Amino acid sequence: MDLNTVWFILVGVLLTGYAMLDGFDLGVGALHLFVKKDEDRRIFLNAIGPVWDGNEVWLVTGGGALFAAFPMAYATVFSGFYLAFMALLCGLIFRAVAIEFRSKESWGWWRQMWDIGFSLGSIGSSFLIGVAMGNILVGIELDARGNYIGGFWALLNPYAVLLGLTTIALFTMHGSIYLVMKTEGELQARLRRWVNRTIGIFLFFYIILNVATLVYAPHILEILRARPWLLAVFALNVLVVMNIPRQNHKGNEFAAFLSSCGAMILLMVLFGLTVYPHMVLSMPNPENSLTIYNAASTAKTHFIMLIMAIIGIPVVLAYTVSVYYIFRGKVRLTEHSY
Amino acid sequence: MDVEILSRIQFAFTVMFHYLYVPLTMGLGVVLVIMEAMWLKTGSPKYHNMARYWTRVFGLTFAIGVATGIVLEFEFGTNWAAYSRFVGDIFGSALAAEGIFAFFLESGFLAILLFGWNKVGPKLHFFATCMVCLGAHFSAVWIVIANSWMQTPAGYHIEYKGEIMPPGFVPNADQILHSRAVIDDFWAMIFNPSSMERLSHVIVGCWQAGAFLVISISAFYLLRGRHIEFAKTSMKVALIFAAVASLLQLATGAKSADGVTRNQPAKLAAMEGVFKTQANAPMAIFGWVDMEKEEVVGLQIPGMLSILVGGSTNTVVTGLDTFPKEDWPPVQAVFQFYHIMIAIGMALIAIAWFGIFLWWRGQLFNTSNPIVRAYYWILVLSVLGPQIANQTGWFTAEMGRQPWIVYGLMRTSQGLSEVVAANHVLASLIMFTFIYALLFAVFLYLLTRKIQRGPDDEEESEAMPASWVALMERRKGQARSAG
Repeated sequence: MDLNTVWFILVGVLLTGYAMLDGFDLGVGALHLFVKKDEDRRIFLNAIGPVWDGNEVWLVTGGGALFAAFPMAYATVFSGFYLAFMALLCGLIFRAVAIEFRSKESWGWWRQMWDIGFSLGSIGSSFLIGVAMGNILVGIELDARGNYIGGFWALLNPYAVLLGLTTIALFTMHGSIYLVMKTEGELQARLRRWVNRTIGIFLFFYIILNVATLVYAPHILEILRARPWLLAVFALNVLVVMNIPRQNHKGNEFAAFLSSCGAMILLMVLFGLTVYPHMVLSMPNPENSLTIYNAASTAKTHFIMLIMAIIGIPVVLAYTVSVYYIFRGKVRLTEHSY
Repeated sequence: MDVEILSRIQFAFTVMFHYLYVPLTMGLGVVLVIMEAMWLKTGSPKYHNMARYWTRVFGLTFAIGVATGIVLEFEFGTNWAAYSRFVGDIFGSALAAEGIFAFFLESGFLAILLFGWNKVGPKLHFFATCMVCLGAHFSAVWIVIANSWMQTPAGYHIEYKGEIMPPGFVPNADQILHSRAVIDDFWAMIFNPSSMERLSHVIVGCWQAGAFLVISISAFYLLRGRHIEFAKTSMKVALIFAAVASLLQLATGAKSADGVTRNQPAKLAAMEGVFKTQANAPMAIFGWVDMEKEEVVGLQIPGMLSILVGGSTNTVVTGLDTFPKEDWPPVQAVFQFYHIMIAIGMALIAIAWFGIFLWWRGQLFNTSNPIVRAYYWILVLSVLGPQIANQTGWFTAEMGRQPWIVYGLMRTSQGLSEVVAANHVLASLIMFTFIYALLFAVFLYLLTRKIQRGPDDEEESEAMPASWVALMERRKGQARSAG
């Protein structure tokens, strides 16, 4: 395996970590306005309180790793998706500060304002992340130097929008399962019912998405023909998703959450195996595509960064796991809570 | 307005706003470490309450720092795509390292610092505080290294259309989009000629920001006669920290100026308004640059700049006349920002050491003395000093590098995203202006509220789990028997 492939995998690992971790706190945001009681909303916020910030670091580090390992792809995607990424920043800023600000005052309008900011910021961010991934899958129009020339509205093509909606549904499902783990009593019972509904909604979008893939992204059919074992990953993914309601029904919320994490990982694996070795597929001029070779840094940089990753990642995993372990269990509201 | 100026305004605005919070988190981080260490050593609830209170202020600044920091990482790609392609092989790895080594450390342990008071033991909590502080400093290390490489590139060669070019090759306007800088020597890149001196200057500037925030709020309480014990103790800790940091900043500043003289003579010439290459060059205390006559009007010390640069009035200082006019930085702006920074730096030394002097004379907390009261009002305002000095210092560094985005290699105008239109940047700039205005208003409001509410009162400690209380009682016993 060459270093380019190693870095394709490592950037993928970071972005998968992001989807799996920030995915649930974006999903909690999407559900936030569906509970009306102030105490319940505070429980939602404090369920993600100690961890959301660390979760977002996966995106920051994933972005940094993309910049370092594949600068051409980073530059093309970030400049090409300019307005979409500015809107994403707006969403991420609002949800971050809303968590911090919301419970600092008890006025109704104050809390309502930040609640809306938190929720819309979360939904909007999920949507835009999905739209970006959709465009990478379906391909965007690049010129010979690898600049995106399709304009803003072309990014909102039906396939990308559909993947955006699917991402909201996926994160909402993931978030509701996480919340079942962090709550108890009546609220938990209500969330358990929500889990089944969110799974239903996710599967609905996921099926439409797969049909749409056949219509809008015929090149993916070619890829499937060349890599038929992708279907096995797909089947495994469906099984893992089906396991979520089963575990939820049995009351094993931790197992349900792990299943949900597994589903996110498999979805990202599918995504990665489908686009490989492309970083940014150019449609309609595939010869302008950015791949893990023509978009890459030098082997020397890849090697230096690999050393950093080998030193850094085990340490990062160790204290990420420790923090989750320390803050395990049900949410208790105290004077330090949000 | 064209896309270049809009992108520059947007980057400057978003990084300036972010940099209101960064120095506070780094400086307060050190203050928190000191306070918790004192608490662990003495077991006194006084220090516990102090650590608790300043942690709340810390949490507020940290949240805005995180939210506004992610914007910057995006902006390299969104607004400066050509730059990102040119430097990605070098600059990108510093950013990735910042994520792996700094941000994860910082954010992971932040959870324990903010929410772990009754989840973990006091020692583990102290450890978490140290790690958050260390993480914030690591972050400064990587980002200042990356920025210093833009000032004094080292450890690289240029590749043009995939071919290695000889050292000293500077791509022209036609070649630049097909060129990139490629790493030769990682350690030469890390320890590029300006990175260490600039890093020390940046870090100490952040310490000053944290120290003077604590000093300012404590002085306010003492003037109002509230939370007196808390304010006195906070003031003592922060005053020592500020006094040390302010002197240290003079040393790191001198070292940085020395480095600029060697590495970026055009920047130094703009900082001091030196147009003609000359011996016996004067140094301005303050002044105005007359761009028509190409001279500085104001208070100047003859020969001083030559002495500082080379130890003698005979030292020749390189002037702007050595460089073609299109390579000049904006002289007036660089000159003024630099001199504002210097003036504030000197004032901060005076303020901090006057406090030490009062302390030595036993007058520091004698609020019936009108001089002390007047001094306290200066202390209340002193929180602005490091903030303005940090900002103007960065203006000097970054505007002084112009017209280059990578000094001597790539011009700022060549680094833009080719596909981003001016109206898109205008739209995002308006968006950031609104969001940041809102955030700043809310931040000031909440900070004022925290200051008005104040810490919990001195005698009783904030709620601590029984195991912590027991441990602290033992500590107090040890401290007593040792004393």
